[in-house]
Amino acid sequence: MARIIVVTSGKGGVGKTTTSAAIAMGLAKKGHKTAVIDFDVGLRNLDLIMGCERRVVYDFVNVINGEATLNQALIKDKRCNQLFILPASQTRDKDALTKEGVGKVLEELSKTFKYIVCDSPAGIERGANLAMYFADDAFVVTNPEVSSVRDSDRMLGILASKSKRAESGDEPIKEYLLLSRYDPKRVKLGAMLSVEDVQEILSLHLLGVIPESESVLNASNSGTPIILDEDSDAGQAYSDVVARYLGEEVEHRFIEEAKKGLFGRLFRN
Amino acid sequence: MSLLNYFKTSKPKTAALAKERLQILIAHEKSMQNQPSYLPELQKDLLAVIQKYIEVDQDAVSVVFDSDDDQETLELNIILPEHQHT
Repeated sequence: MARIIVVTSGKGGVGKTTTSAAIAMGLAKKGHKTAVIDFDVGLRNLDLIMGCERRVVYDFVNVINGEATLNQALIKDKRCNQLFILPASQTRDKDALTKEGVGKVLEELSKTFKYIVCDSPAGIERGANLAMYFADDAFVVTNPEVSSVRDSDRMLGILASKSKRAESGDEPIKEYLLLSRYDPKRVKLGAMLSVEDVQEILSLHLLGVIPESESVLNASNSGTPIILDEDSDAGQAYSDVVARYLGEEVEHRFIEEAKKGLFGRLFRN
Repeated sequence: MSLLNYFKTSKPKTAALAKERLQILIAHEKSMQNQPSYLPELQKDLLAVIQKYIEVDQDAVSVVFDSDDDQETLELNIILPEHQHT
């Protein structure tokens, strides 16, 4: 049985796809067979972030409609043989995803995969609802900013009431906070909500803080999941997130401003 | 503003403001979510009935639902206009 993870946020542009790509790659690199699915029908982007956009032949909707088999649609990652990508369709038909169809695909994937990462679209429409419906765990990606925190809270309400686990009265979805685009310098100045502030408002278990980092744009420019950039702070932060999710005890980093030595001050930034 | 003040003035700590606003908002939204779904309709109907007899504003009627462990209460508030001509 696979563990189904939804990466969600409500608000757009907070780093859901970046996170999905990073944690899927991280789990796969740890030796777990992982599939990552793009639920953003009509606006697919996971393929671009993963760097496999030119290898898309069939997509999620093709599989649901029986126009392709799951094996035909899954794209095997070239960097890690344990990782597979299921791209979203570019169709404009928003009703292309159905609960039954998604459920069947996830069930079939569950037979051979250890983890299934569902990259949710922004908003609270069908795609977002279906991405979280079957989830066992939810990674709530939040920026330290008022509209993102509010939307995350909204999303938590939906996870608690509209998921399969909620409807069937099973153990609720495990929810984790992933605070991204964090800038300790601005937090120290009192110009940005702190980790503690956001945790207090959302009452969520903190899985990790991803610092605001230039390397994230470089990674997406080149189609490389940020976690593969082992020199970057954001890449390291995602590696910590994956380790913590898998039960390892890893101390939190990047919450405090990095103390730079003389060399650091001279040669970095 | 004196020169001394100029140096003293630091930028406002907007993060604290953000936290306070969010806490108030989220508490309010939570209380809205817990209320029964018929409440807005009930409020509309009550207003219509009251307006049949008294000239009151749209926001003159408020219905507040409250619940704790052993009881649920419905509080109805009607603000009457200052001068009534019946």
